Amino acid sequence: MTTRKGLPIVHDGRAQEQADGPASPPAHRSRDRSEDKPGREAPRCDDPRRRTFLKTAAAGAAMAALSGCGVEGFLRKHLKELSKEDVARLVAKLQREQERRFARKVTIDTSGPLEGVLFGYGLDLSRCVGCRRCVYACVKENNQSRAHPQIHWIRVLEMEKAQGVDLAHADVYYEADRVPREGHFYMPVQCQQCRNPPCVKACPTQATWKEKDGIVVIDYDWCIGCRCCMSACPYGARHFNWASPTLAADELNPDQHLLGNRPRPKGVVEKCTFCIQRTRNGRYPACVEICPVGARKFGNLLDPESEIRRVMDTKRVFVFKEELATHPQFYYFYAT
Amino acid sequence: MKDWIRAACLVAAAAAAVSAGGGEPPRAEAARPAARKAEQLVQAQPPPFSEGVYPCSQCHDKPGDRTRRALGYHDEIQAIFDHDAEHRWCLDCHDVANRDVLHLSNGDPVPFTESYRLCGQCHGDKFRDWRVGVHGKRVGAWNGAKTYFLCVNCHNPHSPRFKGVKEIEVGGRSVTQPTLELLAPLPRPQRPEEMRP
Repeated sequence: MTTRKGLPIVHDGRAQEQADGPASPPAHRSRDRSEDKPGREAPRCDDPRRRTFLKTAAAGAAMAALSGCGVEGFLRKHLKELSKEDVARLVAKLQREQERRFARKVTIDTSGPLEGVLFGYGLDLSRCVGCRRCVYACVKENNQSRAHPQIHWIRVLEMEKAQGVDLAHADVYYEADRVPREGHFYMPVQCQQCRNPPCVKACPTQATWKEKDGIVVIDYDWCIGCRCCMSACPYGARHFNWASPTLAADELNPDQHLLGNRPRPKGVVEKCTFCIQRTRNGRYPACVEICPVGARKFGNLLDPESEIRRVMDTKRVFVFKEELATHPQFYYFYAT
Repeated sequence: MKDWIRAACLVAAAAAAVSAGGGEPPRAEAARPAARKAEQLVQAQPPPFSEGVYPCSQCHDKPGDRTRRALGYHDEIQAIFDHDAEHRWCLDCHDVANRDVLHLSNGDPVPFTESYRLCGQCHGDKFRDWRVGVHGKRVGAWNGAKTYFLCVNCHNPHSPRFKGVKEIEVGGRSVTQPTLELLAPLPRPQRPEEMRP
């Protein structure tokens, strides 16, 4: 993400337009954008004193709205355009903020994609028993809001064997003493890290993009909370912080990634990142390590020896909602 | 013209020499991935012995009776034994001469820490899948050292159909042990209406 290649086209006047953008979308929406642009405001505000006053007032209002978030957070460029030093400064600031909030030491990793790696994920539907261990391991690892709002990046669907993979008969709220229940199978759904991601196309601010290793990431500081990506995603993989996330200091995971599991503010969208903070450092995602039945497989799609490639070579594999041509990097398979 | 032909011959000869000499590097390369794999394959979790059961030679100190029969002890195992019970019994896998090891069908001893070799004799398809990481669970690094789980970390060898697993302590280490009950699911997610303040 620190690479400067393939930069998105970002409007020059954007930094000013964004002045009260990300953290306070209503103010952003209510303001007439044209007033910002010097060329256009001239005919309306020809009195230089009035113009100066308006500028000062606008700046003051912006400052008031920003309190606690810092000016540079709003005036900064897109993350992909930041220099290494800028990113380091941003990370240091975020770490300080968290240390104040949680009174704990945290580290925010910014490592980029590994060379020659394209992540792939396999889920064995013939093994999954629907115990939901993965759901809660994910919550713990990725600092999701625990309750009000409760955010789960993994949703385990219970389906009837007689119906097959049929969303009309799927139940995510199943309750049982023991699983698997007779006549049912289970299909966990999370971000499919599409090669052709509809969410990325829908984002109006380029706050979400696909990295070289295949992970679709979100810059939580750049997200304006419009939720266009959520309506674009056919897998329901994106989740919105309707209220300030609830996360106790002793439940915080201090090993974080800037684009991954760092605590999110209210009003932004979040989703599975294949545990970017773990996988970019060579570890398995948390859901893979917790799965008691070994149904979850993870590896490098470009390495023919990897587990995921072995699965694709030898098992019956399918992708979810193939007809939508999202080309997921998340594969379901049957090992038996 | 002659010079040109001589030069062409030289080039052809050189090319032939290179291709003949090239016979060796592929063999060396073929050996390398195997070495790399051996280095990365970390020993599996220890076998999930119940407290105080191992070493078996604590009680079985002399070679016993080889005839197949119902035993007057190990009731907890005999009660659940369901691993082709019609055809097999203890000493088909446990070694009669040294009770602290298992044995293959040809009689070669296998330590409990490598019991997958014994399982793989019959369940070859699962064994091959397990070896490449398709069957079963591994933890650690997706591109480096992994901890494998033995077959018996998830399947009770005496009643092998998978039911559930739990964590136990073996020698101060947390080890996965198969259970006889199915797993209980964790709580369902909140419905949207339950999340409203």
